[in-house]
Amino acid sequence: MNNKFSLKGMLKQNVVVLLFLTLTVGGIMVSELSFPHIMTELVTRIGRNTFLVLSLIIPIIAGVGLNFGIVVGAMAGQIGLIFITYYGIDGIGGLFVAALVSTPLALFFGYLTAKLYNNTKGQEMIAGLIVGFFANGIYQFFFLFIIGAVIPVSHAMVKPDGVGLRNTIAMGSKYGEGIKYAIDNIIKMNLWQFIILLGMFLILHTIIMQYYIKKRAEQSIEKKTIIFRLILGVLVIITPIMVLSFGNYQLATIKVPLVSLALIAVLCLFNVLIMKTKLGQNFRAIGRSQHIASVAGINVDKTRMIAIILSTVFAAWGQIIFLQNIGTMNTYGSHMQVGMFAIASILIGGATVSNANIWHAIIGVILFQSVFIVSPTAGKALFGDPQIGEFFRAFVVYGVIGVALCLHAWKKVKKTISKNEGEQEEIE
Amino acid sequence: MSRIIKAIGIPRLIITALFIAVLLTGFGLGMPMNMFASDVVKRVGMYGLLTLAMVPSIQSGTGPNFALPIGIMAGLLGMVISLEIFYFLDLNGIYTVATVESQPWWYTSDGNIQFGYSMAIFATAILIAIPIAVLAGFGYGKLLNLIKGSEMSIAPYMGFSAVQFMCIVWIVAPFKNTGIKWPLGPGLRNTFILDQTFGKSLNGFLMFNIKVGPHKFIEIPTGLLLFFFLSCYLVYLFTKSKRGTEILAGGMNPKFAQASGVNIDSGRVVANILSTVLGAVGIIVYSQSFGFAQLYGGPLMMAFPAVAAVLIGGATAKRAQVSHVIIGTLLFQGLLTVALPVANELLPGSNLSEILRMIVQNGIILYALTKVNREGQ
Amino acid sequence: MSEYVLQMKDIIKEYSGNRVLHGVELSLKPGEIHALIGENGAGKSTLMNILFGMPRIYNSGGFSGDVYFEGEKVDVKTPKEAMELGIGMVHQEFMLIPSFTISENIKLNRENLKHNVVSKVLGTNLKTVDFEKMNSDSRRSLDEIDVSIEEYIKIEGLPVGYMQFVEIAREVDKSNVKVLVFDEPTAVLAESEAQSLLKTMRKLADKGIAILFISHRLDEVIDVCDNASILRDGELVAAKAIKDTNVVELAELMVGRKIEMVQKKKKYEEQSEPILKVKDLHVDMPGEQVKGINLEIKKGEILGIAGLAGQGKIGVANGIMGFYPATGEIVYQGKILELNDTANALSKGLAFVSEDRKGVGLILDASIELNIAFTALEVQERFLKKILFFKMQYGKSIRKHAQQMIRDLDIRCRSAHQNVGSLSGGNQQKVCVARALTQEPNLMFISEPTRGIDIGAKKLVLDLLVELNRELNMTIVLTSSELAEVRSISDRIIIISDGKIAGELQPDDADVEFGLLMSGKSLEKEEAINE
Repeated sequence: MNNKFSLKGMLKQNVVVLLFLTLTVGGIMVSELSFPHIMTELVTRIGRNTFLVLSLIIPIIAGVGLNFGIVVGAMAGQIGLIFITYYGIDGIGGLFVAALVSTPLALFFGYLTAKLYNNTKGQEMIAGLIVGFFANGIYQFFFLFIIGAVIPVSHAMVKPDGVGLRNTIAMGSKYGEGIKYAIDNIIKMNLWQFIILLGMFLILHTIIMQYYIKKRAEQSIEKKTIIFRLILGVLVIITPIMVLSFGNYQLATIKVPLVSLALIAVLCLFNVLIMKTKLGQNFRAIGRSQHIASVAGINVDKTRMIAIILSTVFAAWGQIIFLQNIGTMNTYGSHMQVGMFAIASILIGGATVSNANIWHAIIGVILFQSVFIVSPTAGKALFGDPQIGEFFRAFVVYGVIGVALCLHAWKKVKKTISKNEGEQEEIE
Repeated sequence: MSRIIKAIGIPRLIITALFIAVLLTGFGLGMPMNMFASDVVKRVGMYGLLTLAMVPSIQSGTGPNFALPIGIMAGLLGMVISLEIFYFLDLNGIYTVATVESQPWWYTSDGNIQFGYSMAIFATAILIAIPIAVLAGFGYGKLLNLIKGSEMSIAPYMGFSAVQFMCIVWIVAPFKNTGIKWPLGPGLRNTFILDQTFGKSLNGFLMFNIKVGPHKFIEIPTGLLLFFFLSCYLVYLFTKSKRGTEILAGGMNPKFAQASGVNIDSGRVVANILSTVLGAVGIIVYSQSFGFAQLYGGPLMMAFPAVAAVLIGGATAKRAQVSHVIIGTLLFQGLLTVALPVANELLPGSNLSEILRMIVQNGIILYALTKVNREGQ
Repeated sequence: MSEYVLQMKDIIKEYSGNRVLHGVELSLKPGEIHALIGENGAGKSTLMNILFGMPRIYNSGGFSGDVYFEGEKVDVKTPKEAMELGIGMVHQEFMLIPSFTISENIKLNRENLKHNVVSKVLGTNLKTVDFEKMNSDSRRSLDEIDVSIEEYIKIEGLPVGYMQFVEIAREVDKSNVKVLVFDEPTAVLAESEAQSLLKTMRKLADKGIAILFISHRLDEVIDVCDNASILRDGELVAAKAIKDTNVVELAELMVGRKIEMVQKKKKYEEQSEPILKVKDLHVDMPGEQVKGINLEIKKGEILGIAGLAGQGKIGVANGIMGFYPATGEIVYQGKILELNDTANALSKGLAFVSEDRKGVGLILDASIELNIAFTALEVQERFLKKILFFKMQYGKSIRKHAQQMIRDLDIRCRSAHQNVGSLSGGNQQKVCVARALTQEPNLMFISEPTRGIDIGAKKLVLDLLVELNRELNMTIVLTSSELAEVRSISDRIIIISDGKIAGELQPDDADVEFGLLMSGKSLEKEEAINE
């Protein structure tokens, strides 16, 4: 009896994920793209996007909601890359310097964004959207006008008339290797080997966790879940071996950028570990009830600020990882879509406005990017026009965010109604 | 003195100061002030209705209508269908555009199409758009009632989704009008000119010129301004009607209104319908003044300037009046209109006016958002 | 070293010129259970706010008097300082996060922490939370109060009684707690849960913790307390040892005061038909539940409805007027009146001046004239002019009427289009009354009419009500926490306790009867017990 319930419950909770899974599979089948091609694209996109999506988790848990302000963090990252382009620093060293330069900027921008959020409680999501536009205005004011007109700069990346940076910049030094793939290319491993490793890791992790749980007085994980995870681990190991036995040479040679994935893993670990600290407990408390947390003596505004600053700094680094994969920077546009796409990804992965974890981020990126890859060709195959696929994709992005926000708002309304019913009258 | 400053509000003072500064710069650079005047007047009429759409939405308590694109889509659909109808009529010889000779005596613009014809297309577009807008506004209004308190957060995404959805419609719908569809391949064009249909015709109605110097005129597009001010007056009258009073009370203090038997939810839906309809009619007026229609992604961000304008005019996220619309559109659009040529004169090709727009527009919205909680409620 | 753990001496507190505490004294020994009794507005919560260093006190000018804790003079400026001294409070409104475990709630912001690699460098906030220790500590605290639920289950879904115990466990877990205040703890509990709670209180006291028990449930007080302090109108009227007193005496002390009766020349027609008959009324108003009331309101009378806060008196009018869900049967002027339909009630000639003046009664940002005209405009379509098929506001008539009301009710303002928000409390209340009068009702409900108004204005409002009743023969139902004012103008008074009618009294009946009924008892019963 119990088995049935948990399966049904799991399905119900993850409606969105399943919906997108269906969409993805359908799209792949329809799109006539070759599977190896899709996998290569997917691996690349996961490598470059996941870090950014992970930066959204802490603000969600802390009750600030979907941090559209990561756009501002992305700008900080880009300023770091502009810096290294100016000084012509290449390769991994260049990226390191870029991260170093962007971090204090991101700290400052995060501080300002947090101040805004603390003054617009309840409306953080519209405030975040608008602050992205606003910051973009200031960014453009500086880089399109001040640079050149007020601060004379001569460099290849400045426009021919001397005022403002070019619209597209090849990052890194002018004649050197640049920074493209500087992180990605450090170590690469075959995809199928990587998947097998993942499977082994999953099995190991499950076994070790069981041991630790027995030590603490925490509620132990149900046996069903353990068995489920072990079976999943075995499946994950077997699948690539089976797929490869079909003899598809192309699939066998797809490589994954290990260091990029390692960085992602580090951020995942960070997210998990920080939630085990006092700070993490504070995040959870203010995320559930600002009022009760404040009565208990937690400084709500300060805690929110830490959450946003962390998110902004991670977004800055995430944008650097993103751009090192692309190679050239769209000076005035690269950072703008970041917010929408990252947020849509994490929502598609099953996160809500008030709850998110690293799995939502990872699954979300995989699904979102898959849909992204196949929509143009799927659109062409189904409707004869690739543009329809692209419009559909954009519709999905906005729609997913809109629906998630509606559901959250609706829950908030219901919570207020039931809170009023449980409330006691204050003594006068 | 400080009381006056507080009454006007710091943002308004800053923007007025900017406006005056830019005008003075232009004057100092010897730029054609009469053209500035003409352009500013035209812009007020052009954007006015879209800004006006914010008033019912704010008054009913749902905040500025960031989902204005929903109404805009309804308007564009009406426009496109109207053009299709008249194309069909023209093709079959039922109703054709007449020649230059047959212009009425009061038509003084230098357009070359018959006024009656263009007004017919214009009016049909509005008549078709209105029921679509009513339906869309009704549906969206019902949604808003479920999410009280978070309307401003979800509205932009409803607007964006509507725009993207219509993109698919523009491509797929079976239109035949060669003036508006791609010559090869399916779907409507991104932009198409309206000078053969109803472009500038409302502007041209009773247009006259004010002479301000030798060979210098200020153009006053009477038709456009009349339409705008008439709409303002109608919205003002609605506010004073029984229904409008209910909606206003419901927005200012829902419990108070409910205590007098008012149905808040239906009031919010009605206000949203009105806002959507104004958006629909507004885009048609805008397009005819502009001379171009923009489909696909063009209207994606059109809610934001309208929101900024009404806020600059003195409204807040919870209180708005018709006077805020007129003042705000004049200040905001006026500033942007003159900033572009002046900036180009100072620093050609620098795109400074666009940057100015981004900063001013989004800055005022942020400012208004920080004031939301302070107003209590 | 003093024998008292807490002493509050000569406490005086004023809120904007209104004195709410007139030199109150309170003394508490370790291990003592001390009751704090009083009606609403007697000053209990103000005294507690001072004890806890609540910001409200300091934002309104502080207080005068001395507080001694364990013999030493203290100046508690924040709740945190109070907690550090060892003063704890179990609130009426639960401060529990539903999706956290019991243990996490008990230890909220006091979690047990362990050092890890990072925290040595970056500070306390990054220490690891030691869930194991938290759970074992919480287990211990729960055991101390004999609660057996597992400490690692979540709060959501627990019955209310258990939540109360988690609140207590949290205070007990603060190992230095010496004084614990219970604020109306049994209000939400079932009978058996309440008994459990009282036993726990006794247990805690036996460990040396001093307990301050704020309650109006006099038999619970007699049952478990050692001493009682009775507050009335901000003064300490008596401090008694429980063994020296009884329920009757406590009730009398709680209520008794001099009353000025307004001379009413006209009595309502004794034989007249009831204008409103209420049968089995239940109202679901959070905090003021009505659990079955039968009532007949006679035409032309002033009926007073009294009772303690949270007992349901406020719910009666709100339910009849459709503000909160209600069931039952209402017959108005001989015809059945539909419940849960505000517009209907208003249209039939019922008017209501709500207890929530600023939240429900007024639009603070709108003009006086619009506030006055609104309900009549909405329900009776007055002040409207028909133009084509639209009904438009008729500004002139709205202004004229408002000016009339301003004259008649002596509303102090600059003009009819001034914002209501800038008026004083008393004048705002007059605007609310004006709006009800504009409807020209047959029956007017008015709740808490003089709350938050200065003494002079209070009299004016009450005189106004009497005049309306005399001149216009308007039936008035006055609901109020201020027993004195209810007794001063009503023809008869109904006392509501625990959502039901406890009894009906005449204004000049003995104080003790009022006190007892309000505590849910009756004089005959008590006298029978004492014999």
